[in-house]
Amino acid sequence: MELEFTTRTTFDKVGTRPPRPDGTDKVTGRALYGADLAGADMLVGKVLRSPHAHARILAIDTSRARALPGVKAVVTRDDFPDIGPEGTVKGEVEENLWDVARNVMARDKALYEGHAVAAVAATSTAVARQALKLIDITWQVLPHVTDVDEAMRPGAPLVHEDMITAGMDPAPEEPSNIAEYTRIEMGDIEAGFAAADVVVEQTFRTEAAHQGYIEPHACVASASEDGVAELWCCTQGHFSVRDMCANILGMDLASLRVTSSEIGGGFGGKTTVFLEPVALLLSRQSGRPVKMTMSRDEVFRASGPTSSTSITARIGATRDGRITACDASFRYQGGAFAGSPVGYGAVCGMAPYDCPNVDLHCYDVVVNRPKAAAYRAPGAPMAAFAIESLLDEIACKLDIDPVELRLRNAVKEGASSVYGPTFGTIGFVECLEAARDHPSLEAAPGPNQARGIAAGFWPNYGGQTSVTVNVNNDGTVLVSLGTPDIGGSRASMCLMAAEELQIPYERVKAIIADTSALGHNDTTGGSRVTHSAGLATIAASRKVIDTMKRRAAAVWDIDVDAVVWDQGCVRPSGANAGDHEPLTFDAIAAMAPATGGPIAGHAEINAEGAGASFAVHVCDLEVDPETGRVTVLRYLAVQDAGKAIHPDYVEGQYQGGVAQGIGWALNEEYIYGSDGILQNPGFLDYRIPVASDLPMIDTVIVEVPNPGHPYGVRGVGETPIVPPLAAVANAVSRAIGQRMTETPMSPPRILAAIDQAP
Amino acid sequence: MSLQHVTTTVNGDRAEFLCDTMETLLDALRDRLGLTGSKEGCASGDCGACSVMFDGRLVCACLVLAAEADGRKVETIEGMAGTGELHPLQTKFLELGALQCGVCTPGFLVAAKALLEENPDPDETEVRYWLAGNLCRCTGYDKIIRAVLETAADLRGQ
Amino acid sequence: MIDVRLGATLRSMAGGRESFPVEAGTVGQVLKRLQGAYPELSPVLHRGVAVAIDGRIYRDSLLQPVPDGAEVYLMPRVAGG
Repeated sequence: MELEFTTRTTFDKVGTRPPRPDGTDKVTGRALYGADLAGADMLVGKVLRSPHAHARILAIDTSRARALPGVKAVVTRDDFPDIGPEGTVKGEVEENLWDVARNVMARDKALYEGHAVAAVAATSTAVARQALKLIDITWQVLPHVTDVDEAMRPGAPLVHEDMITAGMDPAPEEPSNIAEYTRIEMGDIEAGFAAADVVVEQTFRTEAAHQGYIEPHACVASASEDGVAELWCCTQGHFSVRDMCANILGMDLASLRVTSSEIGGGFGGKTTVFLEPVALLLSRQSGRPVKMTMSRDEVFRASGPTSSTSITARIGATRDGRITACDASFRYQGGAFAGSPVGYGAVCGMAPYDCPNVDLHCYDVVVNRPKAAAYRAPGAPMAAFAIESLLDEIACKLDIDPVELRLRNAVKEGASSVYGPTFGTIGFVECLEAARDHPSLEAAPGPNQARGIAAGFWPNYGGQTSVTVNVNNDGTVLVSLGTPDIGGSRASMCLMAAEELQIPYERVKAIIADTSALGHNDTTGGSRVTHSAGLATIAASRKVIDTMKRRAAAVWDIDVDAVVWDQGCVRPSGANAGDHEPLTFDAIAAMAPATGGPIAGHAEINAEGAGASFAVHVCDLEVDPETGRVTVLRYLAVQDAGKAIHPDYVEGQYQGGVAQGIGWALNEEYIYGSDGILQNPGFLDYRIPVASDLPMIDTVIVEVPNPGHPYGVRGVGETPIVPPLAAVANAVSRAIGQRMTETPMSPPRILAAIDQAP
Repeated sequence: MSLQHVTTTVNGDRAEFLCDTMETLLDALRDRLGLTGSKEGCASGDCGACSVMFDGRLVCACLVLAAEADGRKVETIEGMAGTGELHPLQTKFLELGALQCGVCTPGFLVAAKALLEENPDPDETEVRYWLAGNLCRCTGYDKIIRAVLETAADLRGQ
Repeated sequence: MIDVRLGATLRSMAGGRESFPVEAGTVGQVLKRLQGAYPELSPVLHRGVAVAIDGRIYRDSLLQPVPDGAEVYLMPRVAGG
């Protein structure tokens, strides 16, 4: 479907800040999340997880567990159908199903500590826990590797004994932990460095961070004897949960109905399946509904964190601050399976800059850690940490203001992007100028204080979206969406429908419909929802208007071409069309039964035209030279939203991304012992920022409309987490006079760096 | 093992349930009484998503045994709004967009209400430290802190 | 004639060649004819690609028209958190 539009710039309702339609339920405790569904007949499902970082499973004996009174089902690898690596995939599955199926339940080997090896369903939590202890597993413990650089060395323990690196010519003969190699090359790298007056080079390392959503994974599965099943779960994409579960379990898509509960945070981590196929199997085996919830410890040990990385980068620039060349090696581990976000990370790092000569080497590496899941702008924050740190180094060496340095190199419309195509209308320069001119930059840093600047980019995307807009006979409107609302998107959709239909916002409500009610919707992720579901909502609303025009024309007995839609009414287009009183939206809605039946619009699209979003962050902080503790004093996030539909939730995305980035920069890390066991699987030791760790976070919403959306929307969710690692690092480095190259910049690391400072 | 009979007061009403001696107050509220507004984020007292008032004291319900509720008074998020009317904190959270996913919101509201009852005029630092036991991963806390400060000012009649 | 170019991230998968001319009017025809004319592209196409036409990125839009002389890039599919 092609929606004809010119991007509009004046609005009635879009850009205001009304309360969200789902808000009252969320402040009163009524809203139902993944773990909040209860039923009388429900069993409790629990997962047995590997205590070893890497071990062959020689035998599993479940007989003692099955014999325990109250145990109704036990599943292991033997209960999962064998799907071939090249099997036909039903529905829309973006991930490698073979890997997902093996991550959900270990087959020949447990590949990381926490890998699921068996599961039980029992009449109570206590019985289920007891049953797990009665499952006997014969292990052959194998050597393990959790560090990305160690995993790449020859002779490292192999996570998959048969993995031959893809993308190398000629293909290597020996297996390794390098799943894929990609090279990104543009221009003439030698000539680029030859033209440089200054060259900086550094190796950077970032530890893995977890998405840290407050709501653990949870689901309820209910399978019937006729092969049909229902699933309730907290997910960013219930259609993709359906498609993955159906494929893993050999079901038809129509036989599995998935309802997304309210979702307590995801940030990319709830775009795949963990418990869901297991719960379905347990329910099928027991004939009863099964509820499964992860403990916080399981969330850390078994659901996807982001990659840890090791990056060596070199940038050259002329005396006047023009970047001439960048070469880099990006090494990202994706946990126990291929698929780390190294490629997009690499291009996002350099994407903001017009650099003619680029040579990037990307290594996707497997280690004995949980399978990495998407985390907000997957791969980009680490690459930006490296690139933006080196740019800061260049700014220091050349004594150029860091914003000015970026302005001299910023991509503009017509520049070619490092990943290929030419940029359309983008707002990077506008963001840099807004940051430069912001009053918070007037404050001069005091002793032990400094200011760090960094930029960030995410391309955004569109994707498949299906929306229905139903008009009730009283003139109220219901929007059915298939994209789980994770941060206020129902409010944005209501605003866009109200804008398009020219009715009050309060007259529009929105819900997230289940997989049986709408056509396929891609997952809420990649900052696609406000753009794509917005496009579909607008298209569906326009169909409502078309129907209303036809109904009014029929009532007046004139041609539909002789009526116009104007300020929420249908009117005759001119004197020739006859003398008819305008019919309001409500009046036409009331006439619907007698003029042909219900009025509804729907749109099924593959949304294109997503607009890239750039951000510039400014971090002021103080380092305590005695303890190494960092206090963030002030933080400014400037970002291009194209058009902010509901500014509260756009600011909220900026502020939330900043807080996550600051946590990643200063505190958060996966700590592994030499035994390959995660040592900090809880919020006490994996410390995400709390209210007293942060200042207010200032935001500036830059609006350079995206010509690919009728209201100019750009996705905003990913980009805010891209700059903070570098913004914080640049500030710390300037404060202590020593370049910080590792995250988290914990007090011991900062004290060590202070000791090394000249 | 036989279950224990507990008689308690929840949001002003008498409530009775049977529970395991090892069961937490959070589990009893959610699974025995169907009050799922209190959330389990960690079950270790680190996230505050299960914040409730226990005989007038702010606690994490995951750190209290259900049996301890016998003869005590428990107040949860479900009891925060008056009949047909939201508490001013609830209204302000909605007005300022101080929630995104909303799963931490019940805990924040219960904790913030306890703060304002104890200190009707907190400054920003006091609010930040009082709420440091409640984790939010979505908002960066900015709008939550503003909502609490503004509600406090409203309640003081400023 | 459309000069289909490989985005930098895909080039190494197809032996380093950048430019692949084909006669096509839609994204679907571009992909089909690339498959036929350039066997070295099969690892790239098998993996799944997005197509950028004059800077705008299309995914799974086989019917999207491609104007003659347009800038056309094949690139990896974007997802995100």
